[in-house]
Amino acid sequence: MIIDEKEVKHIAKLARLYLEEKEIKKMGEELSLILDYFNSLKNLDVDNIKVDFDLINKQKNLPLKEITRKDIVIKGDNNEKIKELIPEKQKGFVKVKSILDKQNGSF
Amino acid sequence: MEVFNLTIKQLHKKLLDKEISAVELTKVFLSQIDKIDKNINAFLNVFNKSAVSQAEKIDKKISQGEKVSLLAGIPMALKDNILLKGEKCTAASKILENYIAPYDATCVEKLKKAGTIFLGKTNLDEFAMGSSTENSAFKITHNPQNLECVPGGSSGGSAAAVKANECVFSLGSDTGGSIRQPAALCGTVGLKPTYGAVSRYGLVAFASSLDQIGPLAKNVEDAEIVFNLIKGKDKKDSTSIDSKSGKSFSSLKDIKIGLPEEYFQEGINPGVEKMIKDFIKKIESQGSEVIEISLPHTKYAIPCYFLVSSSEASANLSRYDGIKYGKSNMQEEELNIIDTYLKTRGHGFGNEVKRRIMLGTYALSSGYYDAYYLRAQKVRALIKQDFEKAFEKVDIILTPTSPFTAFKIGEKVENSLSMYLADVFTAPTSMAGLPALSIPCGEIENLPVGLQIIGKSFREDEIFKAASLFEKIIND
Repeated sequence: MIIDEKEVKHIAKLARLYLEEKEIKKMGEELSLILDYFNSLKNLDVDNIKVDFDLINKQKNLPLKEITRKDIVIKGDNNEKIKELIPEKQKGFVKVKSILDKQNGSF
Repeated sequence: MEVFNLTIKQLHKKLLDKEISAVELTKVFLSQIDKIDKNINAFLNVFNKSAVSQAEKIDKKISQGEKVSLLAGIPMALKDNILLKGEKCTAASKILENYIAPYDATCVEKLKKAGTIFLGKTNLDEFAMGSSTENSAFKITHNPQNLECVPGGSSGGSAAAVKANECVFSLGSDTGGSIRQPAALCGTVGLKPTYGAVSRYGLVAFASSLDQIGPLAKNVEDAEIVFNLIKGKDKKDSTSIDSKSGKSFSSLKDIKIGLPEEYFQEGINPGVEKMIKDFIKKIESQGSEVIEISLPHTKYAIPCYFLVSSSEASANLSRYDGIKYGKSNMQEEELNIIDTYLKTRGHGFGNEVKRRIMLGTYALSSGYYDAYYLRAQKVRALIKQDFEKAFEKVDIILTPTSPFTAFKIGEKVENSLSMYLADVFTAPTSMAGLPALSIPCGEIENLPVGLQIIGKSFREDEIFKAASLFEKIIND
């Protein structure tokens, strides 16, 4: 078992996922099985391999370059539509739960 | 119905000659959907009214003698992870079940400009994660060729809709095989373009270094027409670029074909292997040069693909927080902010999506990053090198698209690892960013077998040329 229930709970917390008790057990079993299979990658010697994040330019034999566009205001016609999608709002603002805990002043 | 056998070019001619109107054509497909989709379940949403009104506009243009594009009045379907303004876009997830797209994807904008008719949105595995379309939160799509079987996935709805004559063509998205594998299992043509060939703007993000939008169609020519329309640089997707076609093949004699030994080893259905090999013998006898090649890192592609794609997915899907849009537990006053995130996501995502988020979060987490994510990226570089070396010797590479034909609904869904292995022949190309097309090559026990044609970067023109030469031989 690569991932025990404690580890599942820890990852779920990092991932901001609520899991039911029975989901936690099953998730641990499934992830362990999957990761065990994935461990075949460890058979390869990759010490001298450079990671290539620049897929596109390499394929076109072009040097890596920044792609930017001007920071200008363009007229959108979908502001209202986007606002309609917000689950909770107040006076035109997105409503969020309080970030700071009022009682002890910490997160 | 006769129109079901016509190509886009033939339909275009009939529209211009006024042998059929766009409204009539649209209604043929809407009535086909009405008649059979209760058995297939390819569609999540059908635009009965707006499809007809779009078609009326095209008819008006044609009757006024206005020049219309080749795709004007051609009815099509969109995978429900591609945004069409004003319509729901669910990605087959409960978390987006009420999400209305506030803008058009770039490929949709191009199709609208060309005058295609949007018939509806098709089913998929939730967030395009899966190989059978059984992971949809809403319905299970059936393979039109055998209703007890899956259509493949994740673009299972798009493939089934084309196969069942519910549209002329469709768009899907492919991250590790999600266009090619369902195309193979349903018996349609399906292209995963080179990474960067088609804008991803307006595609619900799954794994951003792999995702591509591409066409599914009944024949090679139709797929090429659609690809040529949707491709090209888009300033809204900085990874997209323009590509030019070069000199392509004029006959089978011009094509040097690579046959990778690693794709014909244990695990492959013997019938599939025989069918692909027999076909390759046939084209060899007609003049193509066939060269045995080796892609030695093929067996690492599945772990490599799932680690990279799940890591990217865990980051991409963090946007579903219940605050900005989508299903939300914000209304529950007693929940603090962390619990709001936890509940919204815990209830909104299905099992497979949760599994991938967990896998990706683990692979990126402190202490495991080097062992899993970084290592997978290095292996990805090795997989790319395999292809680069092979393409020094050959023009295209031929493989089976899937190691097996369509499997039974329920057969693999409980065992995620066996489902992951369905992408064993499609994931390597995705890791290398290369284009690949699946075309129907024949049938085993009434179930289609797909031939995968892998090409050089941005040489979809060569793939299509080879495919159309192969298609003639297969259909003879």
